[in-house]
Amino acid sequence: MAKAPTKSKSSKSNSKMKRDEALKFYRDMLLIRRFEERAGQLYGMGKIAGFCHLYIGQEAVVTGMQACLKDGDQIVTGYRDHGHMLACDMDPKGVMAELTGRADGYSKGKGGSMHMFSKEKNFYGGHGIVGAQVPIGTGLGFSNRYKETDNVCVTFFGDGAANQGQIYESFNMASLWDLPVVYVIENNQYAMGTSVARASAETELYKRGISFEIEGEEVDGMDVYAVKEAGEKAIKYARSGKGPYILEMKTYRYRGHSMSDPAKYRKREEVDDIRTHHDPIDGLKARIIEADLTSEDDLKDLDKEIKALVKEAADFSLDSPEPDPSELWTDVLREVESA
Amino acid sequence: MSIDVLMPALSPTMEEGTLSKWLKKEGDTISSGDVIAEIETDKATMEVEAVDEGTLAKIIVPEGTEGVKVNSVIARLAEEGEDVSDVDDAPAPAEGGSASGDAEDADESESETAADTDAGDDAEEAPPEPEVSTLKDPRVPEGTSFVDTSLRDALRDAMAEEMRRDETVFVMGEEVAEYQGAYKVTRELLQEFGPKRVVDTPITEHGFAGLGVGAAFGGLRPVVEFMTFNFAMQAIDQIINSAAKTLYMSGGQMGCPIVFRGPNGAAARVGAQHSQDYSSWYAHVPGLKVVAPYDAADAKGLLKAAIRDPNPVIFLEHELLYGESFPVPDLEDYVLPIGKARVRRPGNDVTLVAHSRMVGFALQAAEKLAEDGIDAEVVDLRSLRPLDTDTVVESVKKTNRIVTCEEGWRFMGVGAEICATVMHEAFDYLDAPPTRVYQKDVPLPYAANLEALSLPGTADIIEAAKKVCYV
Ligand SMILES: Cc1ncc(C[n+]2csc(CCOP(=O)(O)OP(=O)(O)O)c2C)c(N)n1
Ligand SMILES: [Mg+2]
Repeated sequence: MAKAPTKSKSSKSNSKMKRDEALKFYRDMLLIRRFEERAGQLYGMGKIAGFCHLYIGQEAVVTGMQACLKDGDQIVTGYRDHGHMLACDMDPKGVMAELTGRADGYSKGKGGSMHMFSKEKNFYGGHGIVGAQVPIGTGLGFSNRYKETDNVCVTFFGDGAANQGQIYESFNMASLWDLPVVYVIENNQYAMGTSVARASAETELYKRGISFEIEGEEVDGMDVYAVKEAGEKAIKYARSGKGPYILEMKTYRYRGHSMSDPAKYRKREEVDDIRTHHDPIDGLKARIIEADLTSEDDLKDLDKEIKALVKEAADFSLDSPEPDPSELWTDVLREVESA
Repeated sequence: MSIDVLMPALSPTMEEGTLSKWLKKEGDTISSGDVIAEIETDKATMEVEAVDEGTLAKIIVPEGTEGVKVNSVIARLAEEGEDVSDVDDAPAPAEGGSASGDAEDADESESETAADTDAGDDAEEAPPEPEVSTLKDPRVPEGTSFVDTSLRDALRDAMAEEMRRDETVFVMGEEVAEYQGAYKVTRELLQEFGPKRVVDTPITEHGFAGLGVGAAFGGLRPVVEFMTFNFAMQAIDQIINSAAKTLYMSGGQMGCPIVFRGPNGAAARVGAQHSQDYSSWYAHVPGLKVVAPYDAADAKGLLKAAIRDPNPVIFLEHELLYGESFPVPDLEDYVLPIGKARVRRPGNDVTLVAHSRMVGFALQAAEKLAEDGIDAEVVDLRSLRPLDTDTVVESVKKTNRIVTCEEGWRFMGVGAEICATVMHEAFDYLDAPPTRVYQKDVPLPYAANLEALSLPGTADIIEAAKKVCYV
């Protein structure tokens, strides 16, 4: 029987921080932040089109979770997916080139911002229909159990997605069959313009597994260490064959839902307050300095390195050619291999 | 009167079986529910329970008999007070035996030959449709002023007018209220009608589409907005299995007056999962009406009609037209008939048939074709189900050539239906094979150049028109 869902507190002590891990977290989160800022800029320049959902503000969630994974573990998410791709070590150049719709993009320019995949990095997309990734992630967990690996699939979805029926169909199957899936609800408090309270009868989303006997936990998603701590526990649980686990990450998106959202449904002060007091990157930086793990100058050098990396990705994405017209007709179906 | 006990069927397909054992003998008293015999087929064994009460007067089929036909009399009961010896023991031929079995077989083979074909008289095979020739757009009185209105606002006005007119009309969907609509089509409705009638839903399409159907059964007139029709795929089961079929399944009792509306088709650069034309999907389904207007006046008049219609109406809008303005007659109650096409440009050389955004491209193509001396007639379908084939066929009889234009895929599409109809009804008038313009047979790609290659446009229509005109 599952235990009652819990709210876990981050262990705020800095003494446990290891230098390499702290710097890696800092670097990974900063890469996502800078990458997204640049994507926003390219969008403004008309180089990226359509929908483009930025991950700014939520960096700690995917960074902390990624630190818990081992080889062969999969991740799958929705359309707010750039951060997940960078976190699982996909090449920023290929991601950016997909955003600009070029031949060197991860989907040869055919997918765009919402639809990228990397079998090599076990990133299973990149899905545009709210909630659709959840049964898919559950199926990846099913395949792990079937093949008797001890891999886990981490399935990310939003607070808005948490109201889709297919999520609960998935929860039931995952629990019934003890599938190795960790459901990460990225509760950034809004689904487009709808706050959680306006859409959800039960606003504490980590409790959504109760009637399926799935344990759930609320986590400070602005604190990469809290994420990692909770993630490790959840993944260990799923990996050991006990079944699924739910982590509700309390987080926040700084930008509009997509590039065309003026975000009038919330106050400027609300955003500013989170930025100043809860920013995952600034918060980590302060702790690194406080724990004396490195100097501010070193961090500045790291900033520069990241900036250069992102600039390189942007340049690459603009230099890459458009896909060849013949690509229109490829990849619709695979050839049947003759026996 | 004696009561016949009939050979029961173990399954709907069972025709005969073995009466393996009698558990009661003649003269026994029988209460309903008593097990009186056992029968078996090659698949199963079953106990025969008495349905009636009385005395087992005669066993007509002795135990161990094989090949006993379903529904033949196996025994007779004497009712209370009836003398057992009065009960006749002759088998009743009308109620079983080989004669009736054969008759059933004959029935079946007959019904097989009655399959629906195009060769028959369509009018006899199809349910009655509104007599299209009697449908008329309302007369716009002389001197009526026209107001330039965006498609977006025309749709909003239609909803607002119908909500003022009928208390049971309400609007429901994601971001329709406080956000004023993801594409601002429901702008200011919340302010005027309040949260009871303008309802923000969670992201839960299958749920709120079904809830809308229930509300319609309950006497309301829901207007359900899908943020885009791509997301209506989450809900398509409720739309088809519940909204479209229930009137029929209930023998006409349970109507479902509901409108499902939202943008359909390609938007700009949003990739395959957000860019699909569902025209032919919904037009395929009996029990639905499907409307796909092009300009703001038609959108307004048809949406008002859709809201008043006692049936489920799929109302397909186009995101890329929302911002375009068109003249809309300044009339108090402008309602158009659903099921009537509009000839937007008369011409003699070739018929261009289109709906929704493709109408604009067809009109542009017609202008260009005129420069080359080709006089194209543009038919705007406006409604896909019912489909105004009369107007299309009349046009083809005049021009002798047809090009169908749709944003969706060709395969099994709207154009296929129209071309088949034209060949059937105007075959002798055709001077060239009917030709189709459509989206390339691939999921819509994101890259700018591939997207442009994939979607049909003015140039494709011009090329197709020239081809059928052999120039
Ligand atoms: C089935 C479906 N319905 C609606 C949409 C449109 N839509 C895209 S994102 C979104 C909001 C989702 O919010 P949430 O799950 O909280 O994720 P977030 O955007 O906050 O990351 C909506 C309504 C969609 N893509 N798919
Ligand atoms: Mg959200």
